[in-house]
Amino acid sequence: MYAYDELDRTLINERVSEFRDQVKRRLSGELTEDEFKILRLQNGVYLQLHAYMFRVAIPYGTLSSKQLRRLAHVARRYDRGYGHFTTRQNIQFNWIKLAELPDALSDLAEVGIHAMQTSGNNMRNVTSDQWAGVAPGEIEDPRIWSELIRQHTTLHPEFSFLPRKFKIAITAAEHDRAAIKIHDIGLRLHKNADGETGFEVLVGGGLGRTPFIAKTIKPFVPGRDILSYIEAILRVYNQYGRRDNIYKARIKILVHELGIEKFAKEVEEEWKAMGDVGLTLDHAAIEEVRSRFSYPAYEKLPHMPDELKQAAHDPLFERWRKNSVSAHKVQGYSIVTLSLKPVGGPPGDATAEQMDAVADLADKYSFGEIRVGHEQNLALPHVAKRDLPLLFKALDRLGLATPNVNLVTDIIACPGLDYCSLANARSIPIAQELTRRFANHDTADLIGRLHINISGCINACGHHHVGHIGILGVEKNGEEFYQITIGGRADENAQLGTLIGPAVPYAEVADVIEDIVEAYLALRDRPEELFVDTVKRLGVEPIRERVYATR
Amino acid sequence: MPLVKQGRLTTDLFVHVADGVELPGDGAVLVTAERFLADPEALLRRAGKVGVIWPNNRNLDELVPYLDRLASVALVFPTFRDGRAYSQARLLRERYGYDGELRATGQILRDQFVFMTRAGFDAFEVKKDADADAFAQTMKRYSVFYQPTGDGRVTALNRRMQLRHSESAGQ
Repeated sequence: MYAYDELDRTLINERVSEFRDQVKRRLSGELTEDEFKILRLQNGVYLQLHAYMFRVAIPYGTLSSKQLRRLAHVARRYDRGYGHFTTRQNIQFNWIKLAELPDALSDLAEVGIHAMQTSGNNMRNVTSDQWAGVAPGEIEDPRIWSELIRQHTTLHPEFSFLPRKFKIAITAAEHDRAAIKIHDIGLRLHKNADGETGFEVLVGGGLGRTPFIAKTIKPFVPGRDILSYIEAILRVYNQYGRRDNIYKARIKILVHELGIEKFAKEVEEEWKAMGDVGLTLDHAAIEEVRSRFSYPAYEKLPHMPDELKQAAHDPLFERWRKNSVSAHKVQGYSIVTLSLKPVGGPPGDATAEQMDAVADLADKYSFGEIRVGHEQNLALPHVAKRDLPLLFKALDRLGLATPNVNLVTDIIACPGLDYCSLANARSIPIAQELTRRFANHDTADLIGRLHINISGCINACGHHHVGHIGILGVEKNGEEFYQITIGGRADENAQLGTLIGPAVPYAEVADVIEDIVEAYLALRDRPEELFVDTVKRLGVEPIRERVYATR
Repeated sequence: MPLVKQGRLTTDLFVHVADGVELPGDGAVLVTAERFLADPEALLRRAGKVGVIWPNNRNLDELVPYLDRLASVALVFPTFRDGRAYSQARLLRERYGYDGELRATGQILRDQFVFMTRAGFDAFEVKKDADADAFAQTMKRYSVFYQPTGDGRVTALNRRMQLRHSESAGQ
């Protein structure tokens, strides 16, 4: 965990008091709604269909039990008793009253949580691998760098009014769980030939109406130079990014229009011209931040404790363990994913009671630490294997042990037309229907890894372009229709999906998805071949033929 | 429109002179970039100070040769959403060493004062009287800063390192 010091706490409180003043000026009419809109967006407050929506940052997906309890408190005290975890390591509350927002922020600030830059045209919450610091084979803990970048991007005096939003994600593992290739800047921590730690820097990824996979702008930037290099990218973007059309204002469009070589050259020139502006991170500076991260005092535990051997006779436990428990870098420990995708439930939602209970379980079994992943699930990152059977029982009682992590019902979905004023179509009911169709866990196991991502409009908050199956809601003559793509992925081999056929009406979506899955089962060359690999091997056509032959 | 300069409400000595309007014989004037670049030497020779209003999409290279003879550079915020002038301000101060008046003009609200000051602005044409009155108060709002800029405020990281250094020196 990163421990906030007096300076971090002071800054968060100063931001709360500034926001309190802004709300007061709005309520008194001193600020127009137009002026206030930009100011509230800088602090995570959207106006949705029914109410204000409040988005709170969970930087690089790390939470303490104390912080999670406070999120539960906000859900209970200021909202309707639940929160929604998003694809960018944030949590959203959907029913907040404007006049109460400053108090909610103030309650969160007491535990070092804020909503700074969770929306608006600024540098957004820095995201990372939810297994950071515990994943086997990681180069080093990417949260050290995430925190350095979090601080650097917070209330940045030059880059708080960019052409459009700007998202940075960091990974240090071979398998990318942070989806860095669909970010404005993606950072992949690695070591060069001399053993020096640095970053491959990617730029210009993003979804929305014009999706792009990020391109490498520089294969290696030493860690000590990463802030100045990011500053150079931002400065070029701030000056040359388009401001005439919000749909062309993201950095991906600038990179696309200039070409990556020309853009890289502009950045390189700016970076050289900057000289020493106090951004170089020397060893002491990096160690200063590193020293604020505390790590659990792990015990020396056996790889296969008796408790685990005994529990192996329980098929329900075994199914859950195989699905939701992952290898930890320390022997005798595991990373446990908590599915927020129960059959029939809205993806990513958690009730205040669940949050409190997870906080208690984290204290008991995971050194008080919780993680949040972009797939809208939670994780307990340091669970002793001997505790897995008891943890399973507790999670099962809470409805948090659905054994569907990475399977067909582990659906990513945006709030859609049930909440969002931008949406053209509903997302959540589609997800709910699909979880009912594939509720049989044996069937889901048989299908294997399959990511379905659903967005209720072209803005792509549900990452439909990079779902193995992507579902996009559109509006046709006042009715909800859905375009379906297949073959997308968001990992280290990120790719955009391909449209499989004409859009289908709301009532037919689940049928079409079932047909796509059946076509895959018939076409895969062996059970281990994942859906996305079959699509890659065969292309879209054979699946299209089977699905649309009778339509 | 109220002008805040060096932290105080001040009478604006500069007159904004639109293109095509005759320049006064003396007194301080702010002219557009086009007018200035059409004949910079003539303007700089006249009695009275000269400042230039520089658009936020124009390359600073054209302005740099004249910086040491200008009394003011006014950078433009067509709306407060448009943040290009923050980059221009930092470049003028930190890269080109400009130390004259750096003025923010356009849609200026109190919510930008801290950012602008940190980027190098020292004069503000503020839209609303209430915001201008609140300048000193607003500038006290923040005491912690994460980024190094040319304004010289010590960053949080440097404060921590100093603290650590003095702690270990005391042992």
